Parts: sequence; C-alpha cells; structure tokens
Amino acid sequence: MTQENKNDFVVDVRNLHVSFRTFKGYTHVLNGVNLNVRKRERISIVGETGCGKTTTVYSIAQILAQNARIDSGEIYFNGRNVLTMPNKELKALRASGVSVIFQDPIASLNPVFTVGSQMKEVIRYSGVEGAGDKKVQEERTIAALKETHLPDPERIMNSYPFQLSGGMRQRICIAMSLSTPRDLVIADEPTTNLDVTIQDQVLKTLKQRVQEKESALILITHSLGVARQMADRIYVMYAGNMVETARSGDLFRRYCHPYTQGLMQCIPKLSGGGISEGIPGHLPNYMDPPPGCRFAPRCPYAVPECRQAQPPLYEIEPEHYVSCYRYRDQASGVMGEEV
Amino acid sequence: MAERNDILVVKGMKKYFPVQGSKDKFVRAIDGINFTLAQGETLGLVGESGSGKSTTAYNVIGMEEMTEGEVTFRGQDISMPLSKRPLALKKEIQIVFQDPGTSLNPQRTIYDILSLPLKIHKVCAPRDYVKYVAALMDLVELPYEYMYKYPATLGGGERQMVAIARALATAPSLIVLDEPTSALDVSVQAKIINTLLRLQKEMDLSYLFITHDLSLMRNMSDRVAIMYLGRIAEIAPTQSFFQNPQHPYTKMLLSSIPVVSEEEEQLKPTQIHSAGEIPSPVNVPTGCSFHTRCPFARDICREKDPEMVEFEAGHTVRCHFCQAGKGFVLGGES
Repeated sequence: MTQENKNDFVVDVRNLHVSFRTFKGYTHVLNGVNLNVRKRERISIVGETGCGKTTTVYSIAQILAQNARIDSGEIYFNGRNVLTMPNKELKALRASGVSVIFQDPIASLNPVFTVGSQMKEVIRYSGVEGAGDKKVQEERTIAALKETHLPDPERIMNSYPFQLSGGMRQRICIAMSLSTPRDLVIADEPTTNLDVTIQDQVLKTLKQRVQEKESALILITHSLGVARQMADRIYVMYAGNMVETARSGDLFRRYCHPYTQGLMQCIPKLSGGGISEGIPGHLPNYMDPPPGCRFAPRCPYAVPECRQAQPPLYEIEPEHYVSCYRYRDQASGVMGEEV
Repeated sequence: MAERNDILVVKGMKKYFPVQGSKDKFVRAIDGINFTLAQGETLGLVGESGSGKSTTAYNVIGMEEMTEGEVTFRGQDISMPLSKRPLALKKEIQIVFQDPGTSLNPQRTIYDILSLPLKIHKVCAPRDYVKYVAALMDLVELPYEYMYKYPATLGGGERQMVAIARALATAPSLIVLDEPTSALDVSVQAKIINTLLRLQKEMDLSYLFITHDLSLMRNMSDRVAIMYLGRIAEIAPTQSFFQNPQHPYTKMLLSSIPVVSEEEEQLKPTQIHSAGEIPSPVNVPTGCSFHTRCPFARDICREKDPEMVEFEAGHTVRCHFCQAGKGFVLGGES
C-alpha cells in the first residue's frame, strides 16, 4: 500500500501502535494500523465497540487522552509527520487543517455559550482572510448555517445548544467544522444518537457539504449500511487492526475476512431471511492480546499459523486488502468448510 | 388470520402527562391507540423517539397509570396501575429494558437478581433457588460461574441475557421488550435476537417488541405497528408491511434506512425522502399529525384527522388517501 508517494494523501498512517496506561499496566490497543486518505476522498472505518476506531482518528488529530502512549508508527498529514510536529504547528493543524465532529453534540457544544459565539470562535482562530473582523465572522457563520439547511440562522445563532433538537445540534457541528476550509473532516459516529429519518438527513447534509468544500472525510461508524451510503472506501477494523479494506462497492460484493463475513451475516436485512447466530466469543483482552491474528480465537477457520504471527495485508484486487493467511482459500471457496 | 387467540387487547389507550406550570397543557404521549396481540405472536412497535412506544409498553405492564382506555389480558381488565394489580397478573407480564447497565442492580450478584422474582412470586421453595437459577441460566446459555458475579463484570450482551432470564423466571406468557438490543453491537444483537426467537418457540411466548430498527423488525416480528406522535399510523402483518407500505410516514422511514445490499435497496420506496423532525407532543398539529412533514399533504390533511382504513386483511392505515383494496391514491391527481 506504499507505492504512492506520501504527498498524495491528506492522511497517511503507517504501522501505528498505541497503548494506554492503566492501573494494571499497558493495554495494547492499536496493533499496527495502516490507513490513508486521498484528497477529497471519503473513507469510513467500521467496527464494533472497543475496536480502536476512535483511538485511530484521535491519534491523527493528536487529541488522545493523557494516558495514551504512541509506541511506534508514523502519521503524515499533508506529508508532514504529526508525531514530530512542534506544538505551534499542531495548533495550526487543529485550527485549520482537521476538524472533528463528535458523537454527542450536547457534550461537544458548550452549554453556556450561544451557538453563534461558538461558531464565530472557530472562524476567528482559523486563519482565513479577515478572521479577526466581527462582520466576516458573522457572515461566515450565517452562510455556514444556511448551507447545512438550518432554517432561520439568525435565531439559531442566538440560541443555546439545549434549546435545539438533536438533529439540529449535530447539523450545527457540521456547519461549524465546515465554516472554514478544511483538508480533513473526522466524523466520529455523528448519527448514533439520532432517529433514522434524522440520520438520513444529517448524513446527506454531511456528504454534500464535504463535497462542496472539497474536504476529505473519515467517518467512523458501527453500521456497515451507513458506511456503504457515505464512503468511497471502507476499512473494517477489529481489535486494533484493519482486517480488511476495499472500495465500497467491492467490499459488499466480495468480503473476504472471516470477521467481515461474520459481521455481514449479523446485520438484519430489510429483505428478511433471518440473522445468523452472531460471532462467538469476545474481543481479546488488550492487556494481553493473542500473539498472532487477534481474531484467531473467535475464527472458525483459524489454522495453527494464525496463532503465531500477525498476518500481513494481502492484495486480492486493486485497493482491496485483507489481513488473513487463508485469503486464497477464501477466494477459491475452500473457506466455506470449517477446519 | 381466521381465528386469533388474542391475549392482549388494547382499546383507546391514552396517556397525557401534565406540563409543569400550566393547567391546560399536556404532553400527549399516547393519543388513543388500539392493537391486539395473539398468543405466541410478536408485535413490533416502531417509531422515532418521542412517538410514544415506550410509554405504551409502560402502560401495558402498569408502570404508569393511563389517562384513558382499556387494556385486557386474557379477557381480564388490567387497566389499573401496578400497585393494584394482583400478583398473579404481574407474574404473567414481564419486561426487558433497553439498558441492562441500569436495569440490573450493581450491588447484587446475578444469583440475587435471578432469585428475587422466585422469592416474590413463590415460584419454588427456597432450597430449590439454586437449581432454578441454574435452569434459567441454561435457558439463556450463560455459564454457571456467573452466578456469583456482579453485573459490572459482565459484557453488555451477557447483562441483557441476565435481564431476559430474570423476565423468564416467573414463566410469563407475555414479555415486553423495550429496545433490548439498541445499546449493543450487531454481533451481540444477533445472539440476543436468536435466543429470544428460540425461547419464544420453546415456551410459546408473546412479545411486544419495541424498536426503532425496521430491518430488525423484518426479521423478528409477525406484525408491525408504526407509531407517530402517540398514534398508530400503520399496522400490518410483516410480509404485507414491507412489500406494500402505504402510509407516507412508513415510506419515509423505509427510505431512510442505510442498507448493505442491492436487493434491499430495491425494497426502499424512492418517491419520498426524509424531511423535517417529529413535532413536540405538547402541540400536536391539527388534522393528521404527520401533515407537517408529508410531501403529499393537502388541505384536508391539515383540517381533518384521518380514520383508520383497512387496506388489506389485517393491514390498516391512518391516511386520507389510502383506500380499501386500492392503497395509496392521491385524490384529484394522477
């Protein structure tokens, strides 16, 4: 995955290992994550609770918790290594390079300031032309709210977050993160708390705004359906590893990793047909993860090799990589039979 | 649907909550709903937050006193609040809540939690509690060593299994499932749903299943009811519901679901897109409560509240433009 020059990517994460200090020792969460995003590309990271999706993107924006430790790896943002950046540049990166939309807008918006004053602040520090001018701030805020299809922007600017509905709050977060040009927008489960009709509206707005502003997007979600609707390319994550990645269409046509297969079979389909029994077992304990493939203890197809070393990423078609020793068996259909 | 053996009949159920500081304002959480539930059947209640699904559930089990209406269980009136309900009835109707993290007492072991209903309902002699609890844990496939663990040490899925086992302890015939899997991952959800379906078959249980996930409903329910602002907009057998959705709100919901295959994409209505938000149940719009978001709304929708129309056998729709046998036809236009 490294033939392309790192300058072609907005974000290029290479072999990232992150662990967290706890009372009992270090939990080894990220286990060699590789991820890249091209300019104007929309990617999605899909995985279940606790698989390290959020840790991955927080590493990119360098907003990890205090007890986090980056053990090894490189993170390039527009060709510059984020991990060796001086503090001043990091600040600039957060002010104008990358913006994050969090899962819970009631927690990410300040309850004691009006929506307008919070949005203006973002513009003030963004370094755009005339950022210090109050009039410019006002105009840009109104424009951003209008562009996210929020009715009556003047009233919303003078409201406090609690006076607005969940869908509106999340749209304000989208408006805020795209009120100034950004190379990358990170959306961390932006619609998990919303109803399905509101989710649909918010996702459509997000997609449209990201396209208009020519930003790249990393969307974190636990729903493969949302990822399919939103992303050009999808990463499937399990226990700190990217187990499979492919273009959106390819992934749903031909998913090869046993974990992806298990996940797909668990999803209730609108067309009926029942759902599978689920994936047996648990996520591994990050304190002492299994040495080989982290999915091996739950994998029905695991062979002894899987328990010894972590499988590398194999390319099975252009841009479709899978981290599984038995990917060839999958391709030839042998994997249907359990070992 | 020739002979229905209805165990639960709800007629004209209403629940108004007073608004603080004002005497004539009410939150109309449920505004007159009717439905029935047969023995061994699963009825799905679907709706957005604020549509009154959970309030309906709480009224059925008696956690709240309803404002108006009548609920009968096996012909017996159960409209009274829980405190006045006879123990024998409480035993028959159980509930599983959405979040097992808060519905299980963190200071009690799994054994304590599962033996409490045995004690209250005098299901068996105290010396048999351990045996009985073990049998309950078998039902939901939990290992026995969990008996002396605390809920906090269990995963989310396992906790929900404990909550299900607790509901089963009194051998009920109706279980209300209030979004039992919405806090869980899909792989865990799959396990819970399959367990629930297996138990239903084994014990001939009836489920009142509440969720906001229509895809899950498709795989779980026999009949589906869509709620909007405290009313049922459409109720139908699952097959008919998904193949022939009639109410514009149902279509809007279906069109909003993110799906994972082309096959499912075909099932989504295309002529309607999601717009607007659910209005406050304090100021319910006049006429059809959905008219503020409905792309087909006409003058009549703003003025007159539509009646329930039977479109097909067992498939009724609350919409002015739904005609018996013909379905959704916009009057005056093609």
